[in-house]
Amino acid sequence: MAILVNRESRVICQGITGRNGTFHSIACRDYGTNMVGGVTPGKKGTFVDGIPVFNTVEEAVLETGANVSLIFIPAAHAKDPILEAVDAGIGVIVCITEGIPPLDTASALYTVKQKGSVLIGPNTPGIISPTEKCKVGIMPGYIHTPGPVGVISRSGTLTYEVVDQLTKAGMGQSTCLGLGGDPVVGLSFVDCLKMFKDDPKTGAVVLIGEIGGSAEEQAAEYIKKEFCKPVVAYVAGKLAPPGKRMGHAGAIISGGSGTAQGKIEALTKAGVTVVENLTKVGQAVRDILS
Amino acid sequence: MNLHEFQSKRILMEKGVSVPRGLMVCDALEALVAARSLKADKIVLKAQVHSGGRGKAGGIAVMSIDDDVRSEAGRILRMNLVTNQTGPQGKTVSALLVEEAPQIDEELYLGVVLDRNDGHVTVMASPAGGMDIETIAKQSPEKIYLVKVDPLRGLCPFQSRGLAYKLASKNLIANQIAKAVTALYEIFVSYDCTLAEINPLVVSGEKVLALDAKINLDDHALFRRPEMAELRDRSQEDPVELSARQAGLSYIKLDGDIGCMVNGAGLAMATLDLISIHGGAPANFLDVGGGASEQVVADAMNILLDDMRVKVVFINIFGGILRCDVLARGVIRAIKERGLQLPVIARIEGTNIDLGRKLFADSGLQIQMIPSLDEAAKLVVAKAKELSAS
Repeated sequence: MAILVNRESRVICQGITGRNGTFHSIACRDYGTNMVGGVTPGKKGTFVDGIPVFNTVEEAVLETGANVSLIFIPAAHAKDPILEAVDAGIGVIVCITEGIPPLDTASALYTVKQKGSVLIGPNTPGIISPTEKCKVGIMPGYIHTPGPVGVISRSGTLTYEVVDQLTKAGMGQSTCLGLGGDPVVGLSFVDCLKMFKDDPKTGAVVLIGEIGGSAEEQAAEYIKKEFCKPVVAYVAGKLAPPGKRMGHAGAIISGGSGTAQGKIEALTKAGVTVVENLTKVGQAVRDILS
Repeated sequence: MNLHEFQSKRILMEKGVSVPRGLMVCDALEALVAARSLKADKIVLKAQVHSGGRGKAGGIAVMSIDDDVRSEAGRILRMNLVTNQTGPQGKTVSALLVEEAPQIDEELYLGVVLDRNDGHVTVMASPAGGMDIETIAKQSPEKIYLVKVDPLRGLCPFQSRGLAYKLASKNLIANQIAKAVTALYEIFVSYDCTLAEINPLVVSGEKVLALDAKINLDDHALFRRPEMAELRDRSQEDPVELSARQAGLSYIKLDGDIGCMVNGAGLAMATLDLISIHGGAPANFLDVGGGASEQVVADAMNILLDDMRVKVVFINIFGGILRCDVLARGVIRAIKERGLQLPVIARIEGTNIDLGRKLFADSGLQIQMIPSLDEAAKLVVAKAKELSAS
């Protein structure tokens, strides 16, 4: 078991014939993912390293039974492929693209929620379930190893850093996913915690937050009330000056809210082990699990 | 991208919202001529700066037409305005807005934002205008009225009216407020704003006027309105941050002396935190991005080497898409082109790490490679302290 993606997932890539789409579709397949197809309008009948390409998502779903989609479409045009995936009945949509106008994301997300699909991202490294040999994203697969730790994060490289520590400390991962660095994203920490709660293979969760918004505070509230597995958290951006976007479009302190300090306090109050030194996250998880 | 008050007001006027009569000027004599031409008893001079809190900082002056408008305008135009939002370095005044100062009976607040929690465009209105919305939220949250807009329906006329009648009982006034609400919402959506705000919206006799306005545009959506890029006022932005952005880098200036180059926004923030835990102070946030090329890495290195405050350079890379060999080539090129003046400490992990290490080792440059991130951060801090003591 794992959350959202597993051995049975049938994955397509929208934008498979582009440079990134091709590279990462092959990398995902090499990791073990069941890549059943790709979509690029006008390229039907061609193959990308043996993976069949279709003109539309609808067609790809009919022919392959796909239920997960990985999107690599430039930001200016990324709303349409999300909607296309929803309409074709794709249950889990992973949108890697960075820089989508937030109003586009917001309007696509409205339809995603209405139809009961799940959107991971945008501006996410994706999702990987090492226990299920399934990777739908751009993370380096080799740093992961199967095990009991669930990882949820708002940042890509920060996740790699933590996963690397976990693996080196002998603690594998059930599922690791990036929520995305944009102000509006599909999944929240709370959504993921709910899934990890019901996943018997996940014994502990690492939550990696950053400044901006209030997703960490909401997670703290939920953990306090309903989440009984151990949680270790790290929140980046203590030194971030207010009003500046720290690389991610969503990482901004505005009007005094969304500070790292506020998030750390909320999580600590909820009983979460908050680690202030990033390099000690792996050790903190090991202390709790042993 | 932020707009000036006078630019924001121009957009509001195009959408039918009334604003005080006024003129934008760039020198003191022009200001006097403009003030006279308004034929108003009282006028106001407003510094055009990308910041709130201008009044408290001395950037706004209400005057009679008989006062010495020329010298007051000159004073404001020469100012480097330090507000509670600009930081100690302040911001230069780009221009002066000369307006009639209307009679003020009531000050209201209108704002539109995208609520990041639920993805809904949210219209906010309050009778407690004049102070910022965060203060209203803290002091009297019951005085903020919200409408969450359904993206498929848009803001309906009844919703604008509903908000207007919460702020005013007279039909004449409420109708004008409703019109302003609709206009502000339409601006927010059609210009892809991060914020559209009228604060205060004033009731002046039988008229409703936007006394101050702030419209901030989302950089990621500027491709939809290329004409807006011309409204960007570069004098309001840090020159290093600006040139970094043009090179495809995300750079933010901080106060310390340790130059940082990191890939990924989260890891870059965490690197700053780590330096601070060990007692050091970073000079900057710099994210070279996931898919940086050798050139981009070299540009990033040059920005750090250009910064006179930087005593030590700290490179922290977890190569995913960014390959360690590409990184090494960029760093080595930048340093060799300029001759190395600063100590460089690097912690590098990830894709093609062996090749990256070899390139650094063969380069003959004095770059210290430390495999442990925590140890590397400690060493960087110690080095910076040693150099500032000597």
